[in-house]
Amino acid sequence: MSEALVEHHVLEYPGGYTRSVGPVIGRFLTALRDGRLEGVRIADGRVLVPPTEYDPVTGAEVGEWVEVGPTGRVRSWTWVARPDPDLHPLGHPFAFALVQPEGADTAMLHVVDAGSPDAMAIGMLVGPRYRAERVGSVRDLEAWVPLADGEHVAVVPPLAVPEGGEAPTGPVGGIVSRVRLEYDINAGEAPSRFLHGLEQRRILGEHSRTSDEVYVPPRGSDAKTGLPTEIEVEVGPRGTVTTFCVVNIPGLSELAPEVPYVCAQVLLDGAHTPLFALLGECDAGDVRMGMRVEAVWADEVGPDQRSIRWFRPTGEPDADPSTFEAYL
Amino acid sequence: MGANGIRDVAIVSFAQSRYVARDDRHNEVEMIIPVVREAVERSGIPKEKIGFTISGSCDYLSGGPFTFVAGLDAVGAWPPIRESHVEMDAAFALYEAWVAIQVGDLDSALVYGFGKSSMGDLHRILTLQADPYYVAPLWPSAVHLAALQAQAYLAEAGADARALAEVAARSQRSARSNPNAVRSGDATAEELLTEPEIATPLRAADIAPITDGAAAVVIAAGDVARDVCERPAWIRGIDHRIDSQALGVRQLHTSRSARQAAANAGAGRDDFDVAELHAQFSHEELILRDALGLAPDVDVNPSGGPLAANPFMSAGLVRFGEVASRIHDGRADRGLAHAASGPALQQNLVAVVEGD
Amino acid sequence: MGANRCAVVGVGQTKHAAERLDVSMPGLVREAALEALEDAGMDWGDIDAVVMGKAPDTFEGVVMPELFLADALGAAGKPLLRVHTAGSVGGSTAIVAAKLVEAGIHERVLTVAFEKQSESNATWGLTVEMPFQAPLVAGAGGYFAPLIRAYIHRSGAPDHIGMLVAVKDRLAALRNPKAHLHLPDIDLATVEESFMLWDPLRYLEACPSSDGAMAMVIGSEQVAEAAPNPPAWVHGMAMRSEPTMFAGRDQIDPRAGRDCAADVYAQAGISDPRRDLDVAETYVPFSWFEPMWLENLGFAGPGEGWKLTEQGATAPDGDIPWNPSGGVLSSNPIGASGMIRFGEAAQQVRGRCGDYQVDGVRRALGHAYGGGSQFFAMWVVGTDKPDGS
Repeated sequence: MSEALVEHHVLEYPGGYTRSVGPVIGRFLTALRDGRLEGVRIADGRVLVPPTEYDPVTGAEVGEWVEVGPTGRVRSWTWVARPDPDLHPLGHPFAFALVQPEGADTAMLHVVDAGSPDAMAIGMLVGPRYRAERVGSVRDLEAWVPLADGEHVAVVPPLAVPEGGEAPTGPVGGIVSRVRLEYDINAGEAPSRFLHGLEQRRILGEHSRTSDEVYVPPRGSDAKTGLPTEIEVEVGPRGTVTTFCVVNIPGLSELAPEVPYVCAQVLLDGAHTPLFALLGECDAGDVRMGMRVEAVWADEVGPDQRSIRWFRPTGEPDADPSTFEAYL
Repeated sequence: MGANGIRDVAIVSFAQSRYVARDDRHNEVEMIIPVVREAVERSGIPKEKIGFTISGSCDYLSGGPFTFVAGLDAVGAWPPIRESHVEMDAAFALYEAWVAIQVGDLDSALVYGFGKSSMGDLHRILTLQADPYYVAPLWPSAVHLAALQAQAYLAEAGADARALAEVAARSQRSARSNPNAVRSGDATAEELLTEPEIATPLRAADIAPITDGAAAVVIAAGDVARDVCERPAWIRGIDHRIDSQALGVRQLHTSRSARQAAANAGAGRDDFDVAELHAQFSHEELILRDALGLAPDVDVNPSGGPLAANPFMSAGLVRFGEVASRIHDGRADRGLAHAASGPALQQNLVAVVEGD
Repeated sequence: MGANRCAVVGVGQTKHAAERLDVSMPGLVREAALEALEDAGMDWGDIDAVVMGKAPDTFEGVVMPELFLADALGAAGKPLLRVHTAGSVGGSTAIVAAKLVEAGIHERVLTVAFEKQSESNATWGLTVEMPFQAPLVAGAGGYFAPLIRAYIHRSGAPDHIGMLVAVKDRLAALRNPKAHLHLPDIDLATVEESFMLWDPLRYLEACPSSDGAMAMVIGSEQVAEAAPNPPAWVHGMAMRSEPTMFAGRDQIDPRAGRDCAADVYAQAGISDPRRDLDVAETYVPFSWFEPMWLENLGFAGPGEGWKLTEQGATAPDGDIPWNPSGGVLSSNPIGASGMIRFGEAAQQVRGRCGDYQVDGVRRALGHAYGGGSQFFAMWVVGTDKPDGS
């Protein structure tokens, strides 16, 4: 049994998602940048914070804006004993809470910096603490803080301007959301067997007990029947180019070679499904359907598909179309 | 005849993985293959006669786009099949399959769900279900969002964490007779209360365990079901509803959409033998018992429920399977199956399932 | 055909664009939904259920966005489903919505499909590098370009056919104010000179990346009879899927496509699609997919599809116009594109296409595909009720 392979994977759109916010969300965020909270009054008289772009009851557009706060009341809370400094607004323990600003009929989800869960209570009075650096985001409000009766709300600090920059003046049009998720992905048994084969410079396809149609690379099943592929067959290292294209787009990934490069479907001898592979050691203009190729191994091989560096022409006469046309 | 719909449809078979906290050997296809094969074999309906296939899964669990496509390799979709997919728990796929049978041009369907939530950080992934402008930038995890509802519930009910621990302890005890459970045990509520809080008021035992796995059912209409199944589990009524998402807008101590769905599904009579609820946190069971109008003597989550095994994207379908299998073998006559989606029980699917 | 008839009674869509920076996601979907509701003479409160569809959530970085969009879609207190079948999703979503009405479960269903892919980047979204896959990255077109080469080889088609489609669809789009690409100066020379992205596919032969949303209201027979604007009656709907890879798989003329077409034609009483249909809105994201789908959908025999294109049969003034809206080549919000095809087919039948209306349309085909040419969804809609009654 092959050792099961696991690889770390990061899912992140570089730079973050650029989310345009439209006029209603934009106005709310602009007010936050100014150190104020605004909500919208809907047809039934309720004031919603944060505002929706439409009346959730009638569907109509919302029009009437109302300043709310600055204080608020906690409607529910939970303590975060071990915050994630990369993600959360505060690096020390805090509470997530639903805070209903004065004058609003709904609560907004936010953060309370209370020092300890013993200081938290449903119904408690809180006041806003704004950051100096504000960009038009819910995080411009750094946190709510407990407020004693009669205690004054903290003064909103003047907007801090980044060095060499200018104070933003126009309405907020969008936010940037950084989203980074990490995974440990495991390959699965059939793919692991295939990849360990590559490590030994062997290309291993698989088929099920009821069929001799060899899948390369195997993904665990004979897709026609849903039966597991349990029988290993070594295929290649030679094969036939069934079809291909010439890629002229640079920089599709770190691993994309210099352009132009040729991507081909290669039907390895003994296999019944083609591999999608890079061709090398040939001019793009010389590649043709039916060309015979062979795997070229990387200098360093391991249990991953980079062990095959590319496929190069063998110099054999082109394959007869009847041997591969059914596999297009 | 059901409360809504024209045709009687029954669950005729159910299969699920031997769940594990982390399956580091199999990929999704390999995980699904035995489950689908078992469900189809047990159904008595030849694979090629099944009229429709539909699955539920979530690309984000696997860390990339289109990962659901791989699931199709486990089904044997050749010659081409009539097939679809929802990016929702497979219980909602079952709903779509039920609708397809109601139309009248097919008599059976295979429904499956799968997910390997151990590969990523599920609770952080689910943060991304929240409003991307107002909530997600603060990164409350799924546990934090649930905890906000739990606090609201306990305050309204005048209860404390003991009520949660009792649910957790009972679930673990029930799970001892469930060979597919990931979490089971003898702990008492008192013992569970000595564990540290994860997010007030929730402790680890109140939070469904991360679970990898798949589940599948086959449903069939009228005579087809009677032909292949000795005691079909008839879906007498089925409905689903969704609430606003924003936690600050809703009455968090209750679930309006669960109540609505239950009423529409004809779950008004409180004479269920068994109820399987898709409660991924202890307090959700308490909220659902109330919203669904369950009598105190109903056997709730005899499987242990999601607190025993939570194969994300299948766990709702598993509730249907657990009710159905108890009807199939005569342990129950009338059951309620429930599935949920979204933070704080935002969306709820309810079905009344009965044996003849 | 099912127990109950159903029809499209309202259609709406956004102005599709590379970036819709003027709206949020709720704003984008509501723009389309409001137009569809208005067309149907309805308000949010009239809708019984909502079915939403879109392609991978990685495009916008929101998991299961129907959840946070529930209010924006007027779905609170209602059933809401979210379909995801890769590129065909817009079509399959429409079918799920229509089935709810066919089955007699609901009378009025709102269906919406969207993508706001400018929040990230479509190329990134489609080709996220996953562990254990081949490290070769060629982009979305890099997967399909080899198939196009194989089609050209198999059919003996001359090299310029793809360019004819690219010009035809962009010229058609000039008459569609909602289309993303408006390229008034496009001609064969411009297309030929455009950058060769994945030989044999050039830049101007490929679809754009668009933000956009599409919405329809589907009603029961009773609702359709009372609708303020002409309904498009559903004459047939079908879906088929086949696995991504297996021995002998024909990716150029996939059997799932043929079987799906055969099913929908049988339902709609169509024996010769070229003759029996008046217009088709088909999912052509790369120019050569038009001749390929002409064959796959039975408008032409094997190897003959390119001849129809060359003859001008599929031009707006041809005998079987294809994509008079401009098609996917002119607007491609990925999650919405399938529904745009279904909706544009409906609009042709309803006579509501304005400057790109084809004369005398009685029956139209809507077609969508996704994945590795493996997921197909199709419908036929008509001016009259099915069975002509």
